[in-house]
Amino acid sequence: MPSMQSLDVQLRSATTTASPQVRIAEQEVAKLIDISKCIGCKACQVACMQWNDLRDDIGTTVGVYDNPIDLTDQSWTVMRFAEVARDDGSMEWLIRKDGCMHCEDPGCLKACPAPGAIVKYANGIVDFISENCIGCGYCIAGCPFDIPRISKKDNKAYKCSLCSDRVAVGLAPACVKTCPTGALQFGTKTDMVARGEKRVVDLKERGFQQAGLYNPQGVGGTHVMYVLQHADRPGLYNNLPTDPTISPWVSLWKGIAKPLMALTLGVAALGAFFHYVTRGPKEVDESADSGERTVTRHDRGA
Amino acid sequence: MAVVMRSGEIRRYDANERLNHWAVAILFILLAASGLAFFHPAFWFLSALLGGGNWARILHPFLGVLMFVLFIVMMMRYWTDNKIQPYDREWSKRLPDFIENRDHDLPAIDKYNIGQKWVFWITVVTMVLMIISGIIIWRPYFAEAFAINVIRIAAVVHAVSAFILILAIIVHIYAGVFWVAGALRAMTRGYVSHNWARHHHPLWYRRMTGGNAK
Repeated sequence: MPSMQSLDVQLRSATTTASPQVRIAEQEVAKLIDISKCIGCKACQVACMQWNDLRDDIGTTVGVYDNPIDLTDQSWTVMRFAEVARDDGSMEWLIRKDGCMHCEDPGCLKACPAPGAIVKYANGIVDFISENCIGCGYCIAGCPFDIPRISKKDNKAYKCSLCSDRVAVGLAPACVKTCPTGALQFGTKTDMVARGEKRVVDLKERGFQQAGLYNPQGVGGTHVMYVLQHADRPGLYNNLPTDPTISPWVSLWKGIAKPLMALTLGVAALGAFFHYVTRGPKEVDESADSGERTVTRHDRGA
Repeated sequence: MAVVMRSGEIRRYDANERLNHWAVAILFILLAASGLAFFHPAFWFLSALLGGGNWARILHPFLGVLMFVLFIVMMMRYWTDNKIQPYDREWSKRLPDFIENRDHDLPAIDKYNIGQKWVFWITVVTMVLMIISGIIIWRPYFAEAFAINVIRIAAVVHAVSAFILILAIIVHIYAGVFWVAGALRAMTRGYVSHNWARHHHPLWYRRMTGGNAK
């Protein structure tokens, strides 16, 4: 969604100066996804389609409950179903609602070369400003969670906006609004962390000794958090990364290399100019005997 | 070889070579401008040269492929002349003198000095690295076929190669246009003076004049 209130934009892609920082009183928000309460009904997927006016193509079934099978430019959230065998031989469903995690330190924003195509609001939501997107796909390389998808129609990148338009007017995201079991909750980040931790205590009492809150610090924490029954093994949940960070390659590329290389190029050009004004050009004395006794003629142009 | 001299001048590049060189040069400028725009926000304004961010993103890879193809032709033309020779080692030792414009008694060299050869080989290597890494990160056509970490590494390789190439070309442009007087004409009109050839490239001069000139 376009930036209706520029004071909300705290971080802006491909911008080297500070964005507005006056709005210090704004609370950071977060969505809490309690996987232990999710029944996999996909109402959140439908609500997302409805609120954001998205309609994915009708796909094909490949023998699993996941539908669609992956995130797309039209499907910003997808239930990923994992059948996991317990030690006692019984089966456990681990159903993870996949989508943008709204990182505190967003890799997409770090990688993005288009000024203002990706922004982070004061409330912590990371949003794609599509009119500025150039379709290069750097955000995909930057994301530690494999979230952004480029549309085949318009070559722009799309992902969950955490319903930034709804949140801006005090509403919960569409998926949270519709969740029938309370697996999705929305509020301030502080509240959601507290609620998540309380739920973890609850789960531990019920025998899930490894229950935990997924709020990975490698990306500065996230504004979408999971309550996991098996927080020691996030990989069980369809390869949720254990310790996600922005790839060191991306950090190198969009971190130190950027100013260093830009500066070196400037110095090189300036150095050449300074060489010219101090040493001057190499001039050959054309008045000297050229020794060209055997000059053959013609051949203009070649 | 065709007739290579006219009164007072020796031909260094024929029309096809010049055309080839300038086609690559123009493409290089467009590619460097758009590439730098993607690389650092300080250069974002250069994306306007190709019609804005979106057009720069669309055109950059196609122009890159075109430049690579045209460069291959150039590379084949100049490969032999850029092979490192024994006298290049001697000449290299005098590089500080050359930079200070103390050119007297430099070891005799052929068509290119070691600096020019370095520009050539750096260009060959970086061009190859860039066409490979460029295809890997090319959206929407090819990137999807590669693993995400391969794409990330390719992006770094592309940026570093481009950086090295741009540095080499800064030196190339400075030397060819400003520093070595009389060199630019070799690539615009195709000719250099006898004195120029004898001074800068004595072995080449001897080769061109059939050994008559000292």
